[in-house]
Amino acid sequence: MTEYLRFLYRCFRLSFVGDWKYYAWMVFLTCISLFGLNAYCQQLVTGLGTTGMTDQVSWGLYIANFTYLVGVAAAAVMLVIPAYIYKNKDLHDVVIFGELLAVAVIIMCLLFVTVDLGRPDRFIHLFLRFNFPLSMLTWDVIVLNGYLLLNLHICGYLIYCTYRRREPNKKLFLIPFVLIAIVWAISIHTVTAFLYSGLGGRPFWNHAIIAPRFIASAFAAGPAFIILTLQVIDRFTSHHVPIGALRTLRQVVTVALTINVFLLISEMFTEFYTGAEHARSMHYLYFGLGEYDALVPWIWTAIVLNSTALVLLYLPHAKRGLWILNVSCVLMIVGIWIEKGMGLIVPAFIPTPIGEIVEYTPTLNEILVCLGIWAFGLLLYTIMVRITVPVLNGELTSDTLHPSEMESVRHETV
Amino acid sequence: MTLRIFEGKGASGESRRPCGSGAGACSSRPGMTRRSFLRASAGATGGLAAFAAAISPLKDLDSGDIPDLDTFLQKHYKEMSEAEMNAALDRIRARVEERYKVRPDIRDIKPMDGVEFVYALNLSRCIGCRRCVHACVDENNQSRDPEIQYIRVLEMPRGTTDIEQGNHHYERARVPDENHYYMPIQCHQCANPPCVKVCPVEATWQEPDGITVIDYDWCIGCRYCEAACPYWARRFNFVEPRLASPEEIAKTPDIESKRLNPEMSYLSNRPRSKGVMEKCHFCLHRTRQGKMPRCLEVCPVGARKFGNVLDPDSDVSNILRTKRVFVLKAELGTLPRFFYYFDERDPTAEDLPAMEHGGQP
Ligand code: SF4
Ligand code: SF4
Repeated sequence: MTEYLRFLYRCFRLSFVGDWKYYAWMVFLTCISLFGLNAYCQQLVTGLGTTGMTDQVSWGLYIANFTYLVGVAAAAVMLVIPAYIYKNKDLHDVVIFGELLAVAVIIMCLLFVTVDLGRPDRFIHLFLRFNFPLSMLTWDVIVLNGYLLLNLHICGYLIYCTYRRREPNKKLFLIPFVLIAIVWAISIHTVTAFLYSGLGGRPFWNHAIIAPRFIASAFAAGPAFIILTLQVIDRFTSHHVPIGALRTLRQVVTVALTINVFLLISEMFTEFYTGAEHARSMHYLYFGLGEYDALVPWIWTAIVLNSTALVLLYLPHAKRGLWILNVSCVLMIVGIWIEKGMGLIVPAFIPTPIGEIVEYTPTLNEILVCLGIWAFGLLLYTIMVRITVPVLNGELTSDTLHPSEMESVRHETV
Repeated sequence: MTLRIFEGKGASGESRRPCGSGAGACSSRPGMTRRSFLRASAGATGGLAAFAAAISPLKDLDSGDIPDLDTFLQKHYKEMSEAEMNAALDRIRARVEERYKVRPDIRDIKPMDGVEFVYALNLSRCIGCRRCVHACVDENNQSRDPEIQYIRVLEMPRGTTDIEQGNHHYERARVPDENHYYMPIQCHQCANPPCVKVCPVEATWQEPDGITVIDYDWCIGCRYCEAACPYWARRFNFVEPRLASPEEIAKTPDIESKRLNPEMSYLSNRPRSKGVMEKCHFCLHRTRQGKMPRCLEVCPVGARKFGNVLDPDSDVSNILRTKRVFVLKAELGTLPRFFYYFDERDPTAEDLPAMEHGGQP
């Protein structure tokens, strides 16, 4: 036990040590997080009136980010499946970074839900009176927290074992949890999709295709994110990321994005060809309704980004150059963020169920809160990677000192 | 020579080396030099100061925003014993009195046995004057700034019942306009309410008399119910509700006390706080005591009918039996308790000629 506390203490210290680039990055993120915190405090005092939301459009940027991030979190499973089920050696080396990303991202998700609450002080009510199994939001709270715990356990256990130079007890403490986490990852996504598709009063959401599209776009955006992250890790830390890992992920992303585009086309065809009444929200999203067309430029940007990414991925020589892959990853991350965030949440409210059209524009305060949460999530992830890399490389174990610690010891013994 | 800030076990001056790998548990603990200590404390102080600055807006939280312990521990409506309910009502009374200088008559009014309330609205009569809208705001202590209204009246072109074609913001010197008819929409008190289904904390539920209510002290303000309601009946307090705008208060300081309706009940029109949901509750503090809803009472043309559908002699039972009523969005299966109808000629009325063989297929 004391050994464990010592481990935590050393991790804590380690997170404050690094070169100037590390410091600059951390200070930058901390500043933005604090701006976000400040904006949130403002919101606590005034109420959700500091956001652009109204009774007409009652969910906005917060829930949009939440939805997007659930996808990114679930996508860690795309490293886990090849690594553990198909025993892909390359991915096995880096799978932990995917799981850590899931931890950081789920924490961001929970933060986004929390800032969206009108009465966060009553958070405890969620545990006192569960509307289970009826409310999909209750389900979501359960699966998100469960996924967080699962991944915390998997990462924590692996890292701590390596730290103690013990062989992890795979059969008992690892593999069962990994398998559960795989199913669980799909479930967090499905449940989040059901949150929307179960509402009969919102025809824009009330489709069977929402859940599959969710998963497809998540499995594109999430691994795209991981592809970029792995390269950053490879570049700035001593951990080597095998190129094979990136190749496998590239295939995943390509397939997922293709399916996503296919589902999108099916959806659009059904809506527009039929021309039924409930295509109004769709119409608003893609072409605007009369003078109201705030989302039109956004969604077309998303479509251009996603299609460009898709074309780039299918370019024959793309296999050779990493930069093409990186460009398409960035395009896809932004494209899917727009499509799944703004494009999925906001239009469902326009027009309202009784036909009124009120548009939504996020306020500066609201945007600051979102940026703050993103910065905080990145901060968490950076710290986790900062600790994990030396442990995995055997530089930080229970019986050796990390170089950064040696320095202070040396000072002391002069 | 370096000053030792933290001596640790090394007080005797024994030299410390990094333990070699595999040498068993290492007891040495990394120490701290003065320089790193100063740097760390400067960093910590700076960080704390920045953090304090970031949360500084919180000093403007007013006392009502921070629940006292009893309020915090207050149970869900359905779990409160009578004593606990009385204590809760006392707290509300005190709060209202402190804020509005009016002692409210607040009770927890229970549903009556053998009653299921139903509303029926005669579209041939409604003239779109919006008196019901404003009377409702008065009756139920809704926020005036911004104004929260439970009833929305649509101006509909003749020739359609498609609400997408209604005009929500019509302004006319005179109503009714001859080319339009008017359709008020408020909470339909669905028998199969999607809003209840989705609430993660059961802060909203359907009572035995068919009214869907909200425990304003339990709602966490997630607005899922607002997204789920197919009739756009729910309203959220995005800011602290006020019974008058600052300008009005400047002119008449006690205007809020004058406007407050002191007849209230726990589940209906007691003042709400910011961050919670509210909606029409069929004036349950009136209707559960045998009165009519306020919107019905003010209607100048008698377009609104309300009553107990389980009583075969009530107005509404009669309407449901004899008129061709319809509900909005019947295809959603929400089973509204709010019916619309038009006046019509009754084909079974005595002075119409009866047709022979008319009934044969
Ligand atoms: S009309 Fe809306 S708020 Fe009223 S009971 Fe039905 S779903 Fe709930
Ligand atoms: S806003 Fe309140 S009443 Fe509505 S679903 Fe959320 S907790 Fe329930």
